[in-house]
Amino acid sequence: MKRILISFALVAMLASMVSAQKVKGSDTCLPLVQKEAESYMKKAGTKVTVTGGGSGIGFAALIEGTTDIAMASRSIKFDEKMKMQNGGKAAKSVVIAKDALSIVVNPSNKVTNLTREQLEGIFTGKITNWKQVGGADMPIVAYSRETTSGTYEFFKEHVLKNKNYKSGILSMPATGAIIQSVSQTKGAIGYVGMAYANSSVKEIHVSYDGGKTFVQPTKANAKSGKYPIVRPLFLYYEAKSEAKVKPFINYILSEEGQTIVDKVGYLELK
Amino acid sequence: MFNKKRNRFGETLVEWTLRLSGGTTTLVIVLISIFLFTEGWGLFKSSTVEKGYVLCVNRSNKIQNLTPKQVKEIFDGNITSWKQVGGDDIPIEPLRMDDIASQYTEEEIGANFEHLPQKLSEAIAAKPGALAFFPEQFININFLGRVLPAETITLKEYFGGKEWFPTATPAAQFGVLPLILGTLWVSIAAILIALPFGMAVAIYLAEIANNRVRKILKPLIELLAGIPSVVYGFFGLIVIVPLIRSIFHLPVGETALAGAIVLAIMALPTIITVAEDAMRTTPLAMKESSLALGATHWQTIYRVVIPYASSGIMAAIVLGIGRAIGETMAVLMVTGNAAVIPHTLTEPVRTIPATIAAELGESAMGSVQYQALFMLGAILFVLTLGISIWAEIIRKEPKVQ
Repeated sequence: MKRILISFALVAMLASMVSAQKVKGSDTCLPLVQKEAESYMKKAGTKVTVTGGGSGIGFAALIEGTTDIAMASRSIKFDEKMKMQNGGKAAKSVVIAKDALSIVVNPSNKVTNLTREQLEGIFTGKITNWKQVGGADMPIVAYSRETTSGTYEFFKEHVLKNKNYKSGILSMPATGAIIQSVSQTKGAIGYVGMAYANSSVKEIHVSYDGGKTFVQPTKANAKSGKYPIVRPLFLYYEAKSEAKVKPFINYILSEEGQTIVDKVGYLELK
Repeated sequence: MFNKKRNRFGETLVEWTLRLSGGTTTLVIVLISIFLFTEGWGLFKSSTVEKGYVLCVNRSNKIQNLTPKQVKEIFDGNITSWKQVGGDDIPIEPLRMDDIASQYTEEEIGANFEHLPQKLSEAIAAKPGALAFFPEQFININFLGRVLPAETITLKEYFGGKEWFPTATPAAQFGVLPLILGTLWVSIAAILIALPFGMAVAIYLAEIANNRVRKILKPLIELLAGIPSVVYGFFGLIVIVPLIRSIFHLPVGETALAGAIVLAIMALPTIITVAEDAMRTTPLAMKESSLALGATHWQTIYRVVIPYASSGIMAAIVLGIGRAIGETMAVLMVTGNAAVIPHTLTEPVRTIPATIAAELGESAMGSVQYQALFMLGAILFVLTLGISIWAEIIRKEPKVQ
């Protein structure tokens, strides 16, 4: 009995090693790619294993060669690219979907419009009271994601223009926790993926042109490019293994794959 | 005869198994602590600037070195003139890799970045106020700027620093003072809240409750210890955090106090169980003689039972603190995790375990942040080790008669 079990396990292991594609990286991409992999496996019959861990971990695995595809919610960093190059590898990327970030405040807050400069001031600690941006006289409580999250990095690069968050910023371990805290804290402001924003929080209209036009974060606005805080979600792979990973990537880009993107709550490419 | 022999063989076998498992456990614990310290110690050999990168200035600049704090302030736009860090009165122009690369086309840089070193060199030479941050490998012999010398992170910066920005580039800030203080702050407050309640319940269970009540209550309290800590954290976030905010009229409810209350609830079962067990070991003869001398029930409790059980009660307190210091998930959810030095209980704090839990998963292996987190683990280890040793000493103290 034991022998049968062991040999069975060995065969299973070998089989998975031969045909399985390994996908690793960003936790933002994880729910999407997992759904894509499920329906792809049903259709194509080859195995795809998807694991999270974060964009940085995905790239590290790609550099080491322990994964076939790296998922990322940010583009590859310069030194990661250099590391790939030093290892004799070339990274190729493909955008599979887009994700918009909503700035959320408590529903009782009167403020609806904020410019990028105001957001920068709020999150770097230069603006500390809502009355400075046209709201009631109450202190601003800014919520952020944890320092290692890809969302934290994206927000820092695009909204804060690479400046550091203020040191007293409240950091929450997950998007759900930010929604919960913002919904119950009057002076709160935070950022979450658009798909996560619900009626318990209020979404801010953002202006990137110094206050001329304020754009509401809706799916249509994000897709048309009017809403500015949108990030692409990437898959990275090594140029040499293109033949191996291409069928799966093509599936995600196909019409069927893109309907899954919509279902999971991200923005389709077209 | 045969049976006896076999028995003896069995006994030896059992004895050796026990010895072996004891030895292995000790070895594993020692290895883990050695691992913790060796991984963490590398931090003090690491450069303050990200590995593989350098900071460069124009040749005409007099500045010899910059502290990590100054570098961060410059790139955040809070320090804008070289005068503020001891140089000439010229504005600082921070240059990142992306800024430089975006000024040139891809052909100018070259497919494999072969022209990049020269472009970088030109960019820095053209700007007297430049402070550039880019990979070390792009410096060639013809480099026209001056590289600031790499400095290692000092013990003082780590233990005395007040800012925790582990992923800030070019210079990450690893000041653990707010984290250590936050941990102690929450733990001590938790024990101060848990102690009166815990003692009251322990005395009630040991001396006042009748058998039937005790049989129901004790397993119930022990059940509290079995609830996963993340459930406590969730409860804290939904119930305690809004409660604290409305009671104290605070802008934000995620505070040290919320963490302390959740931890107090979590430490209660330990405190109650250990203290009650200690009180119940009071010999019946002592209690009876106290009552025979005319003392009331309450007098007997606080003159005989509590002094007799004092070492056990102290052990309960210390074990409770130990539980509070090491707790991760519940605290991560309710304290707001802001790395600032706390002054009151109604401010957000960030604790050591919460920091490790939130950051280790995504930090690159072997990076400076990774080492800093291991060093945090080592600090936590020393803290809890000290508490355990203290508990051991207290337990062995002669009993007060």
